[in-house]
Amino acid sequence: MFYREAGDFKTSYAEDNQTFPIKFDRYRYYVVLVLAFAVVPFIINDYWVNAVFLPFLIYSIAAIGLNILVGYCGQVSLGSGGFMAVGAYACYKLMTSFPDVNIAIHVMLAGAITAAVGVLFGLPSLRIKGFYLAVATLAAQFFLVWLFNRVPWFYNYSASGQISAPERTVFGIPVTGAETAPWAAYLFCLVFAVASALIARNLTRGMIGRKWMAIRDMDIAAEIIGVNPLKAKLSAFAVSSFFIGIAGALFFAIYLGAIEVGEAFGINKSFLLLFMVIIGGLGSIFGSFAGAAFLVLLPVLLKNLLVVGLEWPTDLATHLEFIIVGGLIILFLVAEPHGLAQLWRVAKEKLRLWPFPH
Amino acid sequence: MPDQLIFGMEVFLNGLMAGVLYALVALGFVLIFKASGIFNFAQGVMALFAALTLVGIMEGEVPFSHLINAVFGTDVHNFGWTVPALLAILLTMAVMVLLAWLVNKLIFRHLVNQEPIILFMATIGLAYFLEGFGDMMWGSNIKKMDVGLPQGINDWIDAATFDIFGYGFFIDNLDIVATVVAALLVVALIIFAQYTKQGRAMRAVADDHQAALSVGISLSFIWVMVWSLAGFVALVAGIMWGTKSGVQFSLSLIALKALPVLMLGGFTSIPGAIVGGLIIGVGEKLFEFTIGPMVGGATENWFAYVLALIFLVFRPQGLFGEKIIERV
Repeated sequence: MFYREAGDFKTSYAEDNQTFPIKFDRYRYYVVLVLAFAVVPFIINDYWVNAVFLPFLIYSIAAIGLNILVGYCGQVSLGSGGFMAVGAYACYKLMTSFPDVNIAIHVMLAGAITAAVGVLFGLPSLRIKGFYLAVATLAAQFFLVWLFNRVPWFYNYSASGQISAPERTVFGIPVTGAETAPWAAYLFCLVFAVASALIARNLTRGMIGRKWMAIRDMDIAAEIIGVNPLKAKLSAFAVSSFFIGIAGALFFAIYLGAIEVGEAFGINKSFLLLFMVIIGGLGSIFGSFAGAAFLVLLPVLLKNLLVVGLEWPTDLATHLEFIIVGGLIILFLVAEPHGLAQLWRVAKEKLRLWPFPH
Repeated sequence: MPDQLIFGMEVFLNGLMAGVLYALVALGFVLIFKASGIFNFAQGVMALFAALTLVGIMEGEVPFSHLINAVFGTDVHNFGWTVPALLAILLTMAVMVLLAWLVNKLIFRHLVNQEPIILFMATIGLAYFLEGFGDMMWGSNIKKMDVGLPQGINDWIDAATFDIFGYGFFIDNLDIVATVVAALLVVALIIFAQYTKQGRAMRAVADDHQAALSVGISLSFIWVMVWSLAGFVALVAGIMWGTKSGVQFSLSLIALKALPVLMLGGFTSIPGAIVGGLIIGVGEKLFEFTIGPMVGGATENWFAYVLALIFLVFRPQGLFGEKIIERV
């Protein structure tokens, strides 16, 4: 009843080609946008922004990026932590070298630089496939983190080896540094998250997205019907790294403010992103958001429950968190290998018929 | 002979020894991948878990003591006895077999016919779970392992090389033991796979598990057996690494060191794991020795990966991997 194509007539090509062709989807999307832009900024406080909303938005962008590569193009990557680091350090170098330029432009440029690095590390994907490629991308992870740790130029020769974001404003409102209001940081990330999701959604249902999916389903067959694997694979690496780079830049500049590369962008970050993509659902933009929300909220909930609620020692809570996260991942894979997005698809099927199931 | 060359030779020998230890971990990966097509990321954590369990049993610690104390407000730590090393190793092996059985029963039986990436993610989930579980069971402090393996500089090699070059090589006794153990393990595994009934069944499953099923081989038995074997290899690796650098979280990271070894040697080849391990071990030590000081050191973190990456571009199936044939 709620979710249906019947009776939703299109009278122009533009209507037929719009991003959300089904009315229910479209209205839901508008409602979410209105809530996110006009309601949430007025009711959130510091804790909610820093513990939930900022990590959720930033990880969503990164998960969208990784989903394009893994879910749409079928190239498994374990180097996303390293690519996030590229975004963060590119943003830092740009911010300190060109202090007068708007930070939004820096963030996008950081994404572009990451895209270039991503293409470079994507080159072996033309020869190597499957798990060999997954392990090969670990080379990017370890090499990049080592590079930012060891070459002082990247962290401007600071004594601690850390990088910290200088204060920058957008329309006169600070978005980085200590003066930042929670809602400003939230809105800044939200704009990027919404833009990324829109771009990704439209890319994946267009020509290039179909090429990626053809490569994912069977690369040799795709090659025979005229998809250029060089262009398709490398463009997937470029677009994916672009989003991951933006996420890395925001993670550093807006969310944490100061980072140490090995700690912030280690191998665990790569796995975390891959978990988000798998739990959310491979090949689904909505799934990227769902996966990010799940893995951001879960530790917060567990911490509140165990440390605050039951007053357990923190190290015990951390161990239990590992057990529960690991167990849930396995449970999820056993129960629903196609992720949260599949649950949403099933729900839509049900909504289509509700309340008359026959 | 110039000093640099002699130092280089010492680095080379130490690299060989380190390579053997990498190969030990890589062996566990190969066993499981060959028999079930699962890329078991949890191999490193299994080594950590085995080492933790071994130390815990030997010292007579109460499992979950931390948890029990936190929940019930008690103060228990030790049973007050110590267990001899050999018995403790047997008990740990029993725990690893139990773990193998549970892993198959609870996880991989339900994931038959899923895509490889899903299986891979499940093993990462398993790695997280085991890491938390091991720490909760035995506590997360660094433990010392002593099962009676010799340690320290080998005096004989030191004296012999001093006579020849005028400079004594530093070779750790433990590394020599590890090399011997690894060699024995590989020979034992090959004999097991070639000449025993179970070994033949294992190879049949690796070849085509549906065909194996149709001639009456029990898949679940073979999978439990393979995971137990991998658990055994993990235990051996855990003992070696644990004696070398203490039983601590970083032990699970040796899995990451084993990955480039696998790529280089091919995922499906037992000799490949050994040769790959030696190449990686020697390569990274020599690179750190020659180029490392010029670029800021600590190149061991990434050199193995980059080497494997470059190598794979020229030979995508690794040194000994089966030739990849693709059909539409």
